[in-house]
Amino acid sequence: MYNFEFEKPETVADAVAALGAEDAQALGGGQTLIPTLKQRLASPAVLVSLKGISEMQGICTANDGALCIGGATNHATVATEGGAYPALAATAAHIGDPAVRNRGTIGGSLANNDPSACYPAAALGSGATIVTNTREIAADDYFQGMFTTALEEGEIITEVRFPVPEKANYQKFLQPASRFALVGVFVAKYADGVRVAITGASNDGVFRWSEAEAALSANFAPEALDGLSLSGDDMISDLHGTGAYRAHLCAVMTKRAVAAAS
Amino acid sequence: MPKDGGIGASSKRREDVRFLTGVGNYTDDINMHGQAHVFFLRSDVAHGTLTTVDTSAAADMPGVVQIFTGADFEAVGGMPCGWQVTDKHGEVMQEPRHPVLAHGKVRHVGEPIAAVVAETLEQARDAAEAIVVDIAELPAVMDMKAAVAEGAPKVHDDLTSNLCYDWGFVEENKDAVNKAFEEAAHVTTLELVNNRLVANPMEPRVAVGDYSRGTDEHTLFTTSQNPHVIRLLMGAFVLGIPEHKLRVVSPDVGGGFGTKIFHYQEEAFCTFAAKACNRPVKWTSSRTEAFMSDAHGRDHVTKIELALDADNNFTALRTDTYANMGAYLSTFAPSVPTWLHGTLMAGNYKTPLIYVNVKAVFTNTVPVDAYRGAGRPEATFQLERVVDKAARELGVDPIALRRQNFITEFPYATPVAVEYDTGDYHATMDKLEEMIDLPGFAARRKASEAKGKLRGLGVNCYIEACGIAPSNLVGQLGARAGLYESATVRVNATGGLVVMTGSHSHGQGHETSFAQVVAEMIGIDESMIEIVHGDTSKVPMGMGTYGSRSIAVGGSAMVRATEKIINKAKKIASHLLEASESDIELKDGAFSVAGTDKSVAWGDVTLAAYVPHNYPLEDIEPGLEETAFYDPSNFTYPSGAYACEVEVDPETGKVTIESFAAADDFGNIINPMIVTGQVHGGIAQGIGQALLENCAYDENGQLLSASYMDYAMPRADDLPMFDVDHSCQTPCTHNPLGVKGCGEAGAIGSPPAVVNAVVDALRSAGKEVTHIDMPLSPDRVWAAMQ
Repeated sequence: MYNFEFEKPETVADAVAALGAEDAQALGGGQTLIPTLKQRLASPAVLVSLKGISEMQGICTANDGALCIGGATNHATVATEGGAYPALAATAAHIGDPAVRNRGTIGGSLANNDPSACYPAAALGSGATIVTNTREIAADDYFQGMFTTALEEGEIITEVRFPVPEKANYQKFLQPASRFALVGVFVAKYADGVRVAITGASNDGVFRWSEAEAALSANFAPEALDGLSLSGDDMISDLHGTGAYRAHLCAVMTKRAVAAAS
Repeated sequence: MPKDGGIGASSKRREDVRFLTGVGNYTDDINMHGQAHVFFLRSDVAHGTLTTVDTSAAADMPGVVQIFTGADFEAVGGMPCGWQVTDKHGEVMQEPRHPVLAHGKVRHVGEPIAAVVAETLEQARDAAEAIVVDIAELPAVMDMKAAVAEGAPKVHDDLTSNLCYDWGFVEENKDAVNKAFEEAAHVTTLELVNNRLVANPMEPRVAVGDYSRGTDEHTLFTTSQNPHVIRLLMGAFVLGIPEHKLRVVSPDVGGGFGTKIFHYQEEAFCTFAAKACNRPVKWTSSRTEAFMSDAHGRDHVTKIELALDADNNFTALRTDTYANMGAYLSTFAPSVPTWLHGTLMAGNYKTPLIYVNVKAVFTNTVPVDAYRGAGRPEATFQLERVVDKAARELGVDPIALRRQNFITEFPYATPVAVEYDTGDYHATMDKLEEMIDLPGFAARRKASEAKGKLRGLGVNCYIEACGIAPSNLVGQLGARAGLYESATVRVNATGGLVVMTGSHSHGQGHETSFAQVVAEMIGIDESMIEIVHGDTSKVPMGMGTYGSRSIAVGGSAMVRATEKIINKAKKIASHLLEASESDIELKDGAFSVAGTDKSVAWGDVTLAAYVPHNYPLEDIEPGLEETAFYDPSNFTYPSGAYACEVEVDPETGKVTIESFAAADDFGNIINPMIVTGQVHGGIAQGIGQALLENCAYDENGQLLSASYMDYAMPRADDLPMFDVDHSCQTPCTHNPLGVKGCGEAGAIGSPPAVVNAVVDALRSAGKEVTHIDMPLSPDRVWAAMQ
């Protein structure tokens, strides 16, 4: 780890100001950033912790019924207090291990946009709104490829708003070593249609499977997916599975998510 | 009634008090006054010529004490190899120089190029980044068969090829074996890979070198399974330090699994640098460094053929193996695919003719050496897989085919140069069948199918050669060391004992089980006995712990030394009791005169030995301290039968272990609880190899599985509750305790059971699958079903 300055502001405004410094880097729960620093793969001059900002903590329900989660809320809190959206709480309950869940934050996960992370699938699959210090971004516009998002330099995720669906479920097939998602599928049924978001599989990061969404919007049942498949050509191929295997798992896990949705 | 002490009691592990409450003394807990830290700059390319190693800018960085490169070690010996294999033509193996720090070339990712000694580790790292290294990359030699093809790039320019040796065993049997194959009624052939593994002990390697200018004495604290071996190899062959000026200490060690047997560059470096810098020098491996510098295990590519007659009797076995040595020869690497592998190819079967060919190959990878089981898992895996395949091809029950070919008469001389002293393979198989409810399997399979899962049952046997090893025999086979063991028993005046054993405990529980043996022999409480190990300044020259040898060899040395103690104590007692020595009996910690009520307590005798006022000084010396060295006359041969039941998710290829049963014959047992724990750990590692673990390189020699993000270790929820039994006991006939050793059995016996079970599951769904290479990860199992 290289030396850096450490700031822990108590307001979003102070955090934004601190992030204006040269080579400043926001720090959420640090579950990706700290190991990266330890390996000397990043050398920020200033780390700005977002953990001390009370207005970014906690969970509430908006007037329209959406579940609103503060950007600095950790996964364990979502797992235990996000019961208004059971599938989301269940997703959070299975991210990493207890240490990760008690440190990692939703804002940190979405800002990092790891191609195998769980929260991007939940946010995209729910059509969530990513609220920052400057604007509101629809999930469909937010995710722009692996480790790439619509966030501008110094922009902070202050809140994430999840419309609560009629039914939803997340199915994660574990990569045996890291236990990240080898393939993770988030299915959510709303009054105006079904959303299917897949993480872990694509070289372009989290994506929506539109054919499956159309079929499930017409008939929300596993059989509706019969005959549908994805191509493995643009999918991640590594030590743990080929693109073809991941494409196959996408269909299997989508069916299981539909069957398990509640 | 279970005993509450002594041999056969499940005494609680006394060492766990300090291990589990955070008061152990591991090497990284040792910090010396004035200590500096070393950071090794390691190669990030697999193969290349070092054109520049410029340390001038780095030397001026803050906190730097001194920077070393390969040039600083030109006058120093290379890392020695402890075993010389002679090939099938009578030629000795090719043995490349293995420098402490790379010089001229780098030959694997992770090879140390330079070492920065600085006040702090962070300063050393900062300075290492300022070292200018230019490497002219060369093609990486990765695939073993390509490596020995004509015109392949050479890992070592001064060797004739990448072939370390081409070993034939038993070469004289080759023609007879080939003839038996020509005459066979049936031949089963299987090609397979035994996957490369990283041992991953919980504690990474650590070395602290210290030097006293006043006395010219060197001390190395290191995470070793065998400190005396390190003292001998490093002192005599690398640094030229006489043993009386070199102390090696291995305090608490957090797991070894073989990879902490070997002498490593970092140990030699810290010892060397402590003198050069005139201050203690410490290195603690990061987990990333461990992946690319700890010797790896396994990595065999094998073709095995089994010949059977018309009655399904095994008539001959023939194997052809490529064994990866990596870029250099690690300390015992040449012995693993030869004498620890070829000699076990008979397994539990009376196959009369066997021929084993092994080509050991240099590649641009981390050196490969012994890992829990070392050669024996490789032998067991291929044999038990080919027997299973033969049973399927012949349409016979795999258990029945095994039973039909079991060795039943002992001693049994195999056609591969070893003689099994005892065993009862039907007994362990009977026990296994009882444990696994074989008749109920069909119903369990149906229940799985009702859930959309495929269920499979895999069974196999194993035998291993432990209690390593008769020195005169291994000397003939190329070992450059003896493999006896030592013990000194020091009795204190007030009756307590200290046993200094040449064995080393790095998790096995010797402090508990060794004390049980001595307590039983004397009839005193275990708490009166302290077991000391791991310090060359305290313990007589011993060979350490590996090859499931500690109780069989180290325990035997301790028994011999204790017998000497008892004999002398009886002399003292006979004097005190004014009786004939031949009438003295030792029972429950007291000496008595046979047929009388006269007795004297153990503590009175030990006190007399050190306060010899009333003592036969004319006949015996005062004091009560004895040393014994024990050299075994044969290996020991633990054996057993294992069974695994799996469920396979046909949609994803995911394998779940539903049950695992192990029926082992370890001969006599000192502490059943510790034995059970050893088997549990071994099975966990065997299942790890079978389902999860895979050390993988890409074609350029980059290590793909260099962290736990990609190297899958078995975790508790990957494993079922194990059903372990060791009630079948055929005691070893040639050591005083009748013990065989249990440390490696689980890792040896379990991989074939898992693979046999998965193949069985897939075939139940009509898939024409005959083999899947380990690890049986979901993607591989799914691919095999397509």
